[in-house]
Amino acid sequence: MSALAKIRETFRRDQVFDFVNKQDYSRVDTSHGQILYVEDVSVSFDGFKAINELNFYIEVGELRCMIGPNGAGKTTMMDIITGKTRPDQGSVWFGQNINLLKMTEPEIAQAGVGRKFQKPTVFEHHDIFENLEMAMAGNKGVWSTFRARLSSEQHDRIASVMEIIGLSDCAKQRAGALSHGQKQWLEIGMLLMQNPKLLLVDEPVAGMTHQEMDKTGELLTSLAGEHSVVVVEHDMDFVRSIAKKVSVLHQGSILAEGSMDEVQNNQRVIEVYLGE
Amino acid sequence: MFYMLKGDRGGQALLLLLSIAVVLIPVLNLVVPEGHALHVSTFTVTLLGKYLAFALLAVAVDLVWGYMGILSLGHGAFFALGGYAMGMYLMLQIGDRGVYGNPDLPDFMVFLNWEEVPWFWQGFDSFWFAMIMVALVPGLLAFVFGALAFRSRVTGVYLSIMTQALTYALMLAFFRNEMGFGGNNGLTDFKDILGFSLQSDSTRVALFIASAVALALGYLACRAIVVSRLGKVVVAIRDTEDRVRFIGYRVDHIKLAIFTFSAVLAGIAGALYVPQVGIINPGEFSPLRSIELVVWVAIGGRATLYGAVLGAFIVNYSKTYLTGAAPEVWLFALGALFVLVTLYLPNGLAGLSKKKEAAV
Ligand SMILES: Nc1ncnc2c1ncn2[C@@H]1O[C@H](COP(=O)(O)OP(=O)(O)OP(=O)(O)O)[C@@H](O)[C@H]1O
Ligand SMILES: [Mg+2]
Repeated sequence: MSALAKIRETFRRDQVFDFVNKQDYSRVDTSHGQILYVEDVSVSFDGFKAINELNFYIEVGELRCMIGPNGAGKTTMMDIITGKTRPDQGSVWFGQNINLLKMTEPEIAQAGVGRKFQKPTVFEHHDIFENLEMAMAGNKGVWSTFRARLSSEQHDRIASVMEIIGLSDCAKQRAGALSHGQKQWLEIGMLLMQNPKLLLVDEPVAGMTHQEMDKTGELLTSLAGEHSVVVVEHDMDFVRSIAKKVSVLHQGSILAEGSMDEVQNNQRVIEVYLGE
Repeated sequence: MFYMLKGDRGGQALLLLLSIAVVLIPVLNLVVPEGHALHVSTFTVTLLGKYLAFALLAVAVDLVWGYMGILSLGHGAFFALGGYAMGMYLMLQIGDRGVYGNPDLPDFMVFLNWEEVPWFWQGFDSFWFAMIMVALVPGLLAFVFGALAFRSRVTGVYLSIMTQALTYALMLAFFRNEMGFGGNNGLTDFKDILGFSLQSDSTRVALFIASAVALALGYLACRAIVVSRLGKVVVAIRDTEDRVRFIGYRVDHIKLAIFTFSAVLAGIAGALYVPQVGIINPGEFSPLRSIELVVWVAIGGRATLYGAVLGAFIVNYSKTYLTGAAPEVWLFALGALFVLVTLYLPNGLAGLSKKKEAAV
């Protein structure tokens, strides 16, 4: 290499300053078929190991159910993936190219990981339309958000999501006034607006009637394929109705993985659940 | 053009009143002769101008507290810094008309036996430079303070205490003569602004108009933020900060932008206040002053903007009245008013009229 070329290489605009050389979150590389790699992750709270050398992978377009007794670490696992909790060890990659452990919560969300919380959290003082509008994918910088105006396509998109979550009739209703089940759906709707590649859904049917559960099940299965979905749920009937592959979490690590039938006949799983 | 006032009855009323006042008050002061029943004295004009500056300050506090949920107990500091920047300009306009007659040095520097004005006074003899500093100095301080605090996610009571500490530290610093801001006495004895005498009626009227225009523009700017998507996100941050992060917003950036903007508004308010009252001293940095601002907003009604204006006017009018009639009861009266409003009108006075409107 000539001296000039060397200098050019050293001073390449995209490499001189680290902050100029930002990770490109818009393109997650899933050429190996996996969208999420969780490897050897541990975290402890005051000496208590909530997650213990956890390993699992999520395939592109997969719908994965995670079950496990109370305190197994299911919510903590989601906290780690979404950047809320930093693990003591291990690695979490989104596709092959995005290291989630180096990113902040908003960066992870922008990269395409959406999350529904166990306790439904919506913006109670805003109406349904506004909740969805704020969640909508797009440039979320300060100035762009200030200048944002709804285009007619975006308007239609919000309307169609309201349709999907069955809240079309109450666009102007304050989210705080919704029933528990409706809040769950609104939160799922906010997830959809973000258009994430990976959805983490924590206990989506808590507080829902059977009918509502069926609709939620349909919605989640229809999302799989285009999106990858991880559902944590206690309700076994619900899990049975939607699951292809189930992982059982126990004391912070995967105890068993397989179809619902395989898992239910697994001796160790039976012990854990009966031993409760 | 005024899309931001859509649905904001209080704001529409405010803008209407301001437009009327800007025409009427000058006429009643300058045209209607003294002694006539309709004459408005220059004293009153200046008093109103001072209230307008306070109202702008209250709007700035409401933006960060009412909408974003950050209880800043240090906004008096930004106000005072804007005031000092204006005061420095006014000091340098005095020239050789000071007590010591030194054309280059303000009186207090002559008194301290200084040879020349310190470096940080350079440039303040230019009005435009000083006006830039009015916005820049409070803005920069808010930016640095906010960047540190918001990045490390200091919130709630801890943040409020930090803002109190900030203004307290500045007060102690400005009290010191070596700081070069006139110490205890602050900056005073101003003569003129842009060549116009500060004693003349027309200058007083002009300052009143400038304050009214600044309040109107500041109000519209805050409304523009509040009705935008950014404003919705700001309220969402107040309600559930975590959730906002998980839908992809940089909460620290948003807080920083709003906090800094609010500090700039407070600085402008301070710059309008100083030529009208004729003095700025370190007392403006006192923690109690900043707490008082918050009380104005609480009494007027949070998260409405016009409520802040209302609160600033009512409290300051009562203060003017009471400190004349019975100075020793003022603090008790303020305390009682605050307690009564918090107990019986949790949404402040603005809450009286806006029962039905969807509260933000
Ligand atoms: N921030 C924290 N500090 C201390 N302990 C925590 C924290 N977060 C979680 N834990 C503990 O870690 C364990 C796992 O909690 P986690 O919420 O992940 O369980 P889970 O599987 O979601 O349970 P559930 O089905 O009840 O929602 C629990 O024992 C919990 O008390
Ligand atoms: Mg949980």
